[in-house]
Amino acid sequence: MTRRLLWPLLVLALLLALNVAVNPAFLAVQIKDGHLYGSLVDILRFGAPLILVSLGMTLVIATGGIDLSVGSVVAISGALACLQISQDAGVFTAVAVALALSLALGVWNGFLIAGVGIQPIIATLILMVAGRGLAQLVTDGQIITVNSPSYKLIGGGYLLAVPFSVLLVLAVLAVTAFLTRRLALGMLIESVGGNAEASRLAGIRSRGIVVTVYAFAALCAGIAGLMISSNVSSADGNNAGLWIELDAILAVVIGGTSLAGGRFSLGGTVLGALIIQTLTTTVYSIGVPPETTLLFKALVVAAVCLIQSPAFRAKVFRRRGRPAAEPAPEKKAEVPA
Amino acid sequence: MTAVTLGRARPAVPRKYLPVLVTGALLAAMFVAGGVRYEGFAHGQVVLNVFIDNAFLLVVAVGMTFVILTGGIDLSVGAVVALSTMIAATLLRAGWPPLPVMALVLAVGATLGLAMGSIIHHFEIQPFIVTLAGMFLARGLCYTIGTDSVPITDPAFTALAQTRIDLVADLWISPSVLIALLVVLAAGYVLHYTRLGRTVYAVGGSEQSAVLMGLPVGRTKIAVYTISGVCSALGGLLLSFYMLSGYGLHAVGMELDAIAAVVIGGTLLTGGSGFVLGTVLGVLVLGLIQTIISFEGTLSSWWTKIFIGLLLFVFILLQRLITARRK
Repeated sequence: MTRRLLWPLLVLALLLALNVAVNPAFLAVQIKDGHLYGSLVDILRFGAPLILVSLGMTLVIATGGIDLSVGSVVAISGALACLQISQDAGVFTAVAVALALSLALGVWNGFLIAGVGIQPIIATLILMVAGRGLAQLVTDGQIITVNSPSYKLIGGGYLLAVPFSVLLVLAVLAVTAFLTRRLALGMLIESVGGNAEASRLAGIRSRGIVVTVYAFAALCAGIAGLMISSNVSSADGNNAGLWIELDAILAVVIGGTSLAGGRFSLGGTVLGALIIQTLTTTVYSIGVPPETTLLFKALVVAAVCLIQSPAFRAKVFRRRGRPAAEPAPEKKAEVPA
Repeated sequence: MTAVTLGRARPAVPRKYLPVLVTGALLAAMFVAGGVRYEGFAHGQVVLNVFIDNAFLLVVAVGMTFVILTGGIDLSVGAVVALSTMIAATLLRAGWPPLPVMALVLAVGATLGLAMGSIIHHFEIQPFIVTLAGMFLARGLCYTIGTDSVPITDPAFTALAQTRIDLVADLWISPSVLIALLVVLAAGYVLHYTRLGRTVYAVGGSEQSAVLMGLPVGRTKIAVYTISGVCSALGGLLLSFYMLSGYGLHAVGMELDAIAAVVIGGTLLTGGSGFVLGTVLGVLVLGLIQTIISFEGTLSSWWTKIFIGLLLFVFILLQRLITARRK
């Protein structure tokens, strides 16, 4: 393991240890009714959509971009799939249509960024705002409830005792890891993130790469949307995937991928997403009142980000070395006007 | 960059005013279209109502303009607004007099902004992440104070909420509108006639150049987040006049509205170019969309989001064209 993953691993271990201290049976995994059952399985199962979205986000951030629209894509994909199923379409058709639309939305984002040259944060802001409206348009402002056992499998079912959603995540992770770490794609993505213009001059089709990563991010979000809506057997255009983009960006940053682009760590992202999900579980299991969940989250996020900031480490370290030094010396010399 | 544009663009039509002019034209077109289409739309009070209903958003968006002009972003504004309403309502219920409550709320907003700005500057963490953590913190504090909506019954607050300031004829505005307009004027003055304001533009134009010029970049960056924090707290106070309640779920997603208003107002998200007047127009456009949809009656509320998304797209495309031509 690289040193970059050390801090996230430590935080995750700490969170798990905290859980075990409160509830010694926390790590136990049993088989009930032929299903794996236990807190750890729950963390994986409930964290599956976030991990997926974060994986897509990792590649986007590696190119130096950001995708704010994933939450809306989650809502649209779930809404469309549920709408199709409620209109008696086959589950397979519904899933295919929803994923195709997600892919198209991703290509749209990619086109705005690579083709038109709009800043990623704004280009995806458009879809983030309009997408929520679109999702509500699809569901007509209602919550569509579906009753389809085969659709339920995606987010709530089990295959060979393992939650199907976890298997799905593992498959996507394996494919992504293979494509980016065994083929040249990962290096190309990093080079575009390092310097898009230089990589274009070096003969890399940076536009194609950018469109690809946004399409991939939207596809991941689409699958996550299917999972979320299938888990609760309903689609809520207003609240499905709300703020998941922020959690995903956090997961990526906690995992050690720089928002500036140029390098990424899939393992770190998975760790980051697991930390966020474990945090939520921890809040419930150690009896922190649910009202303070966000407060707790803010503190952990701040701590992780501060620990990872080189500037913070340098300053704290320097101060410890010279106790008499003034607090946080001003870095930039100020010239009197 | 600004200085160069100023010098070069003076004699011709100043290109940097173009986005603001387009937003203004759009606003006028929307108003005329609404007036032709709906009975009772072409009335001064309709415009004033947009101001009355969006005074808090206007104040928040002005703070956001400062941050975006430096090339940063502040995702915490909606949460700080909610926190302000919550603190105000809870303290008033506990029997505090209104003035100290207002002072304390503003101080809390300033402190949060100052803290976020300091972390962004001193520890070199991206504004996006820091203000995101700030958003979680502020919302979390709201829920820690209380999960229910707290009504405000304080006479001073209700008086501010219900006072009508009569203008000519039967037109009227609320005190909140006056406060918001004062904030806009103050922001315009600070941005264009003070050293701090010019430094804000310089930092947004090119941070590195600003450092090399010896400008106090760090202090300015911390200052803009503090300003945004104060504006959010003030926006929260105005919202608590408007709603007469404090609630942790107030102003969910307001950061997006504020950012959208700033962008529609023609401010570049990369920083360095834009005007407070544009932000005012942006807020008015957002408000007028809602008014039109409520006048239309048959359109559902989600069309608001779709229209705002479309408008964002058009304006960003326009900005893109303008900046491309400048090169």
